[in-house]
Amino acid sequence: MKSAVLVFPGINRERDMARALKLASGNETAMVWHAETALPKGTDLVVVPGGFSYGDYLRCGAIAARAPVMDAVRDFAAKGGLVLGVCNGFQILCESGLLPGVLMRNAALKFVCRDVHMRVERSNTPFTRGYNAGQVIRVPVAHGEGNYEADEETLKRLEGDGRVLYRYCSPEGVVDEASNFNGAANSIAGIVNERGNVLGMMPHPENHVEEIMGCTDGRGLFAGLVQHHEKAA
Amino acid sequence: MKARVTVTLKSGILDPQGKAIEGALKSLGVDGIASVRQGKVFDIELAATDQAKAEAALKAAADRLLANTVIENYRVEVLS
Repeated sequence: MKSAVLVFPGINRERDMARALKLASGNETAMVWHAETALPKGTDLVVVPGGFSYGDYLRCGAIAARAPVMDAVRDFAAKGGLVLGVCNGFQILCESGLLPGVLMRNAALKFVCRDVHMRVERSNTPFTRGYNAGQVIRVPVAHGEGNYEADEETLKRLEGDGRVLYRYCSPEGVVDEASNFNGAANSIAGIVNERGNVLGMMPHPENHVEEIMGCTDGRGLFAGLVQHHEKAA
Repeated sequence: MKARVTVTLKSGILDPQGKAIEGALKSLGVDGIASVRQGKVFDIELAATDQAKAEAALKAAADRLLANTVIENYRVEVLS
């Protein structure tokens, strides 16, 4: 699986992401500067990493979403290519129109940096096939604007079509108010687009992939993507 | 030509920052504050001298970047 990680000024998780991708796929990851107008030939997966692109000026992800490379990402996604956005990457995908809705300021106004639990809602997608449906995984979050909101109709469609892939929950897997630390609608942690080839999520699976990190629950996401690619190839 | 684009949250969209400011104003003892909604103001200078062209450019700017129309409304004013 050949992955390309986008690099915008102010992004800071691109190396973590490249390392996690290499660990899972065995291949070097291409780092693609925001001013590029094309993705490397043969790219199988585009990742928009986390950080603070353009200092979160205007709105989180707003300026990065209009960068030249995003036109290439839109073309790639329109052809069915897999796109993963994490944290600021999720915000960028929403701002670019690749995903519906918006990431608002956390309901309690606080930047939250700690491990949280999420429930994997489905396992039959490229982004979740490394897990079992209903499995609870522990992953770190680090964001001030991760409160996912969309209009009622969009939320209904996301839920009805099974497009919520990850949801905040208690360590036991119960989705409740106490575990919804940022106030997201329906405790949404990650969603896919209508076609199912673009995922945005707030938590950082790339930071829980090696023993030294204290937890390897994030591995399943990358392993699943590699499996999906191998099966498709 | 000078212009101003004002971006505000749509009604019904939760505005925790506005709420925090509202709370601070109340604790300062500023009288009669019923509610606060926070928005953004962009003061823009335009090369155009044609009012219609200026408004079209500002509208494009707001639609394409300044506002996220999922959650925000905007108002365009040509000032001089």
